[in-house]
Amino acid sequence: MSTVEHGKAVEGPNGNGKPYKVIGTRPIRHDGVDKVTGRAKYGADVRLTGSLAGVVLRSPHAHANIRSIDVSAALALPGVRGVVIHKDLCDPGNRMLELGEGAVNLRHLSNNVLAADKVLYRGHAVAAVAADTVHIAEQAAELIKVDYEVLPAVVDVEAAMLPTAPLLHVDLLTDELGQTATKPSNIAKHFRFESGDIEKGFSAAKLVIEREFRTATVHQGYIEPQNATAHWNADGHITVWTSTQGSFTVRQQVAELVGVPVSRVKVIPMEIGGGFGGKIRVYLEPVAAILSKRTGKPVKVLMNRSEVFEGTGPTPGSYILVKLGVDAGGKIIAAQAYMAYEAGGYPGSPIGAGAMCIFACYEIPNGRIDGYDVVVNKPQTSAYRAPGATNAAFAMETVVDEICDQLKIDPLEFRLNNAAREGTRRVDGPVFPRVGMIESVEAIKNSEHWQTPLTGKNQGRGVASGFWFNCGLKSAASATVNADGTVSLVEGSTDIGGSRTGIAMQLAEALGIAAEDVMPTVGDTDSVGYTDVTGGSRVTFATGYAAYEAARDIQRQLVERAARIWEVDPKQVAYEQGSIVGPGGKKFTFKELAALVNKTGEPIIGRGAVDPEGCGGAFATHVVDVEVDPDTGKVQVLRYTASQDVGTAIHPSYVEGQIQGGVVQGIGWGLNEEYFYDAAGTMKNATFLDYRMPTCYDLPLIDPILVEVPNPGHPYGVRGVGEVPIVPPPAALANAIAHAVGVRMKQLPMSPPRVLREILAKKK
Amino acid sequence: MAKKRVVSTTINGRQVEFLCEPRQTLLEVLRDTLELTGTKEGCSNGNCGACTVLMNGRPVVSCLVLAVETEGAALETIEGVAPVEGLDLIQQAFLENAALQCGICTPGFIMSTKALLAENPDPSEHDVRFYLSGNLCRCTGYDKIVRAVLDSARKKKLAAAAK
Amino acid sequence: MRDFEYEAPASIAEAVRMLAGQNGAARPLAGGTDLIDQIRVGRHQPEVVVDLKKIPELNVLELSSAGLRLGAAVPAFEIYGHEGVAQAYAALVDSARIIGGIQIQSRASIGGNLCNSGPAADSTPSLIALGAVAVIVGPAGKREVAVEEFCTGPGKNVLKPGEFLLELKFPPRPPHSGSSYQRFIPRNEMDIAVVGVGASVVLDERGIKFVSARIGLGAVGPTPYFAAEASQLLAGQPVNEAMIEKAAAATRAIAKPIDDMRGTKEFRMHVTGVLARRVLEQAIARARQ
Repeated sequence: MSTVEHGKAVEGPNGNGKPYKVIGTRPIRHDGVDKVTGRAKYGADVRLTGSLAGVVLRSPHAHANIRSIDVSAALALPGVRGVVIHKDLCDPGNRMLELGEGAVNLRHLSNNVLAADKVLYRGHAVAAVAADTVHIAEQAAELIKVDYEVLPAVVDVEAAMLPTAPLLHVDLLTDELGQTATKPSNIAKHFRFESGDIEKGFSAAKLVIEREFRTATVHQGYIEPQNATAHWNADGHITVWTSTQGSFTVRQQVAELVGVPVSRVKVIPMEIGGGFGGKIRVYLEPVAAILSKRTGKPVKVLMNRSEVFEGTGPTPGSYILVKLGVDAGGKIIAAQAYMAYEAGGYPGSPIGAGAMCIFACYEIPNGRIDGYDVVVNKPQTSAYRAPGATNAAFAMETVVDEICDQLKIDPLEFRLNNAAREGTRRVDGPVFPRVGMIESVEAIKNSEHWQTPLTGKNQGRGVASGFWFNCGLKSAASATVNADGTVSLVEGSTDIGGSRTGIAMQLAEALGIAAEDVMPTVGDTDSVGYTDVTGGSRVTFATGYAAYEAARDIQRQLVERAARIWEVDPKQVAYEQGSIVGPGGKKFTFKELAALVNKTGEPIIGRGAVDPEGCGGAFATHVVDVEVDPDTGKVQVLRYTASQDVGTAIHPSYVEGQIQGGVVQGIGWGLNEEYFYDAAGTMKNATFLDYRMPTCYDLPLIDPILVEVPNPGHPYGVRGVGEVPIVPPPAALANAIAHAVGVRMKQLPMSPPRVLREILAKKK
Repeated sequence: MAKKRVVSTTINGRQVEFLCEPRQTLLEVLRDTLELTGTKEGCSNGNCGACTVLMNGRPVVSCLVLAVETEGAALETIEGVAPVEGLDLIQQAFLENAALQCGICTPGFIMSTKALLAENPDPSEHDVRFYLSGNLCRCTGYDKIVRAVLDSARKKKLAAAAK
Repeated sequence: MRDFEYEAPASIAEAVRMLAGQNGAARPLAGGTDLIDQIRVGRHQPEVVVDLKKIPELNVLELSSAGLRLGAAVPAFEIYGHEGVAQAYAALVDSARIIGGIQIQSRASIGGNLCNSGPAADSTPSLIALGAVAVIVGPAGKREVAVEEFCTGPGKNVLKPGEFLLELKFPPRPPHSGSSYQRFIPRNEMDIAVVGVGASVVLDERGIKFVSARIGLGAVGPTPYFAAEASQLLAGQPVNEAMIEKAAAATRAIAKPIDDMRGTKEFRMHVTGVLARRVLEQAIARARQ
């Protein structure tokens, strides 16, 4: 009988408490040595013979019509090889393209890459120069004369929704609950989710609380700026070297914007210095490509930090109103939200996701959510770690906490009492499968942190929960058995946080070999099957699944090979615990058979290609202790514990790392990060000096609690973990501040001036 | 255009002469002229620490040093940290503690850690956090980096005791 | 980055000649941590950058009975590495430790911090509190200017074309004196001061009366300020909470802050009083040690 192990467990636990040999261990990552010795090649490290440096000219105005662009003086400068503007791109038409974590209108994308006749935010790209050195290119960019007709700007979502607001797009007609409006406005879309009867629900409630919240625009803040190098070869083939979350989506976006078939574009993904959702849509890649076409040479374009802030997708500022009604026992009866998210210059904020997440942690019998997608004169927003969910959780979880305070209910009991569970229907419709909200709350309840009371003056504790969907999407992998008993794995997910090791570990587990015996490589678009973006917390889930399928394919072939060698029926051979076992005690270890493969027939190459359903949503519950300086409003984080349903932790260190990193981004979002605009729509703090991301000196250690509720949708129970950790922190901090000094913060960031203002107002 | 200068330095123990324009930063010359691309560029204005190198033993951000200023200086970059065989104990500790995710800030953190441990071989968690506050990481939340630095100090002490 | 020439004179006379010969188109370079970024973003467009670090007199760090001499190019880390200075001029060391991160402190000098003349410079309130004098050299020879008179506006100061800062001179510290600098920033490091206050006090032998006091103030006006009235009102008065509050109120009274991305006007006013109190308390504690 031929058996192929399917997800079931191999005996031989190695002390990790699970029936696995490799999963749950903490091997050194395969790319580790290159990354601690400086040898790993990131996008900006690409060096091509004869390449030119490209520089992008950006709009100094937040809103203006472009009357004309005169590039003659720039072209005349010695050392300048070419200048491009919008018309050098191809018009991709008014079509939508799914990028993997949000869709984009291709015409808008093209206009965002190089503005056609209008700039919609300060920092909007207008033209680009290629020259012998970056210094010459910078000088040339200054010589380009752009004649702007400056228009009034609007950078705030509430102001942009007013009928008197300056219009960004004269042809933008609101999609109003499915009907197209007749007059243009800055509201691209208004949608509604509804369940039950909220009027009835609220009238039955013992306590109803309604609050308004505002959150600032924040940036993903990856340390590596965007970069792209492109060579448009004489044969019409384009090669792009870039740091991206998705080489295949870059391939398609570039092909669409420069007007060639996808097969003409090869994207070589370099190591990537952080993305968090911000390196999915293209900015520089098409520009480098058309500059290369124009000059006949490879062109490398790098952003500086201010360009990253002013020219790439932040996550939206928002206005959210939440109304929540509960019965005397603290059971939620009705919930309503009005949510307006800034999209940036073109429609497409993550309002849809935000609206689906806002009430997702709870059972809501009667609910209504109104969502608005609003254009403003800010950079086009793009995905940022659980896009839309953090804004929403800040509002909802703060109201929940206020209800707990008023009804004197323990906030964890409130959550246990109202938690979403298997079978809960979200307000927007879907019904949850097996999920771990309750487990994440119980883990906090049982934590040493929660059970240790706070005693200091001006100190407070806050809790908050959060939800994120995760996603599956398509992944591909191939794996070749080497004669020395190892496997070379090629997969298509660019590795931002150690994922190639988590993927290799799943292949190793399935084959019963060591993680170190798998050599993973992230392939380019010509050498690996189509793979969607590194985003949506999908890589360890879906690309790991593909690696698992590749391992099963190898198992099948090894079983057949052994049968051929032993001259027995393959049905009499099985793959067991890293060995191939036949009748009469016949046995090969994986290594023994691997050594025979190329001596006994064709090479063995496993393939895995998946589009899995059942990614399983992720829930997290966090607790934070803070101390507030009542004289300055400054908040110091004293202690932080984050629990999360992580499915099965493949490499626990990197699961913890995802949680710790997400928490700290959430702390930055909660306390100090914001795009600070002047009246003209100029961002005044486009540097790491004044855009204040946390340093290590601002933080305590972050304690993660990994709650492992295996996901039935994956052979090893993997669940995405990367995004949900950013969702609860701002709300948890707000609740902690309330308990420390008695003020409810309803605006992000909760920076010292804002907190102090509330403290002083309360004293009066 | 200003004439290029010849600058003589020692980089990772090797005598190196290079040509540069006065306006070129040390970061630009390291990466573009000398192809030492392990030193990373994150912000170009001294706020992220990704380009940290040691200049005469002191940590500096190479984006805020003119290359011409390094005449006669001894420089050390990430490429010079590992011994001939294997890794430095700091590098080893970063790997064992999973102190990197994307890895772009890692060379800068390792250079700052090297400077810290040279000055203070037995730092507290507070010392580590204060000293490394000029290095930004956006992936890890710093937890595992701080642990790796403390572990490096322990490893170095053990290695010294074993000698 | 824009093109410029680079010179590294080895003597004061040579440096004066180079700077004076450029008609204002030369910028002196010490640690470079402000200047290099300012050239990069186009705020300064010098024809020549004159590196002053090779001039021996600019590297002097000398503590004696006559006080402290601090060459204009001495990097911050050398100051807090000097035990005697750390003891006597604590406010200066408080400042030197928090200018940028460690990497910045390897290069940035207090002289450069003063000459950059940012209203929020972290060392200037300490220099004012400690009574430092700027020794300037130029085509017309040497002159001295009290630090509180040095800055004339954001990024502006009394240096004339061809002049540069040679050193800072600090008077000796009397017995029973103490000093302190604190700033308010939203993070715990790596920020520009939203408010910065430096204070120096001299107490009587028993430590219960102020003999004298000086308070310097940053980030609440176009230049750093000397809080003259607040300083004078403490002289001869008992050390107690009421007096400290009075001085803090008088310090607040001269603040003329603006709203910007680093803080609001009302916030800066409030925090000026808070920090004035805190630095006085710390300076007193240090004086009593």
